Amino acid sequence: MALLTIRNLTVRFATSTGTFTAVNGVDVTVDRGEVLAIVGESGSGKSVSMLAVMGLLPDTATVTADEMTFDGRDLLAMSDVDRRRLIGREITMIFQEPIASLNPSYTVGFQIEEVLRLNAGLDRRAAHARAVELFTAVGIPDPAGKLKSYPHQMSGGQCQRVMIAMAIATNPRLLIADEPTTALDVTIQKQILDLLMDLQERFGMALILITHDMGVVAETADRVVVQYQGRKMEEADVLSLFENPTHPYTRALLAALPENATGDRLPTVSDFMAAEQPQ
Amino acid sequence: MTAVVEGIGLCQDYVIAGGFLRPPEMLRAVKGVDFAIEQGKTLAIVGESGSGKSTLGRIIALIDRQSAGVLKIDGDEVDIGHSKPSPALRSKVQIVFQNPYGSLNPRQKIGDVLMEPLMLNTPLPASERRARAEAMLAKVGLAPEHFNRYPHMFSGGQRQRIAIARALMLNPRLLVLDEPVSALDLSVQAQVLNLLADLQAEFGLTYVFISHDLSVVRYIADDVLVMHQGAAVEQASREQIFAAPAHPYTRELFAATPVTDLAAIRARVARRAAHRGAVAP
Repeated sequence: MALLTIRNLTVRFATSTGTFTAVNGVDVTVDRGEVLAIVGESGSGKSVSMLAVMGLLPDTATVTADEMTFDGRDLLAMSDVDRRRLIGREITMIFQEPIASLNPSYTVGFQIEEVLRLNAGLDRRAAHARAVELFTAVGIPDPAGKLKSYPHQMSGGQCQRVMIAMAIATNPRLLIADEPTTALDVTIQKQILDLLMDLQERFGMALILITHDMGVVAETADRVVVQYQGRKMEEADVLSLFENPTHPYTRALLAALPENATGDRLPTVSDFMAAEQPQ
Repeated sequence: MTAVVEGIGLCQDYVIAGGFLRPPEMLRAVKGVDFAIEQGKTLAIVGESGSGKSTLGRIIALIDRQSAGVLKIDGDEVDIGHSKPSPALRSKVQIVFQNPYGSLNPRQKIGDVLMEPLMLNTPLPASERRARAEAMLAKVGLAPEHFNRYPHMFSGGQRQRIAIARALMLNPRLLVLDEPVSALDLSVQAQVLNLLADLQAEFGLTYVFISHDLSVVRYIADDVLVMHQGAAVEQASREQIFAAPAHPYTRELFAATPVTDLAAIRARVARRAAHRGAVAP
């Protein structure tokens, strides 16, 4: 059962030098309770395609798709009011820079309670109680006390936990995580990934994980989509992708992992793409 | 053979509170670290944020003066407490920072970025400075036409090449690399790591490589120093530390590093399938 279905998604940006196609005919489907990883380097359009789903792209972007449905509802035909009701409640998103994602002028408690009041319809008292509950669920020590903190008083890992708490506040059915651990240390990265996987299993929500780190993919994903220069290169379940990558770009990504280095030099993507050209 | 750089009991204190009419409250960010690196070798300093690894890097790069302990470069004791490092000393030690977007002046052309260290530290004439800068551009894999461009016209990987080129302009013996590839994509990271390996082989450079990514460290380091809360908890050769990590914190770091090993993925997929089976029916 597909929860999110996207067929032939194209995103174009109008720039001063003409049209730039950031995403070019990409298909994505996510099933209920599935963890999908979208892998690619900067400029591969992996974030842009998900921002298109969320409706977060600027006005210069033109989004076209043959189909974009969430749980059988057509996202393209939907009115703005209906779409706003869906985004932030049933589909939520967390971003790469946790500290920059939070408003520095308000306490984290105010920010999460605002989400609960607006999107879950709770009153102040209920929102506060639920916020404490959520902070406990994402493993923030002293949850009631930490609600009074400002973002700059917390570490990057803790800010990402706050972002996750806000994202799961409305029991979403799909959580999109855009490079959630790239700004964090390995030990904190491990904790955040474990938390995401634990929440995903506990609440049965689907998770789309956007990343450029094959290590993160290996530790989390059920299925993987590899994207390069706005196109989908390969799609496979995680085990077949690592066992038997079919596309040269995927092979290049795996070979560029320092732990897979065989000789003195690390192979780079251009080496692989160049080796493929003559055939 | 004397070590290119040697630290004996290096400490760094920061004042975190107090001051006027109140005794200052100190934080010891680096707690007595000893190390020595021989020419052409790479010492990796590993640890999480707040472990003091960058603070130690700044001491080695002669940016900050240590609060206690002795730093020796080429066997000579160095003290930058009263005077700035001399041009000769400055030429020996250079640093490359983590974020190539923040470490280049957006209003300075690449050619000027590369020529500035020569202007400040050497008596070379302008024509010679320009010739050396152009030669260095080629060395790090950039083209001569990049000379008159501004930093915003380059990608992250190219900017890190420029930062490395700037550090190499004075023919240093020691290069401090503070997380040089952690802001870069995997494939670009591979290119920059290759470049660093080539340059080390060509110039016999000594590297201090600060990182939290053990897979990168395994690729580039000869020796590894693990820091935790300001203290060096373990120090050993790469082979030894990856084969048998002795300290519990080192083992914790290893456990946190994602593995792309097929057996591990297979085990995880099986675990997920079992979990689904338990939930679904």
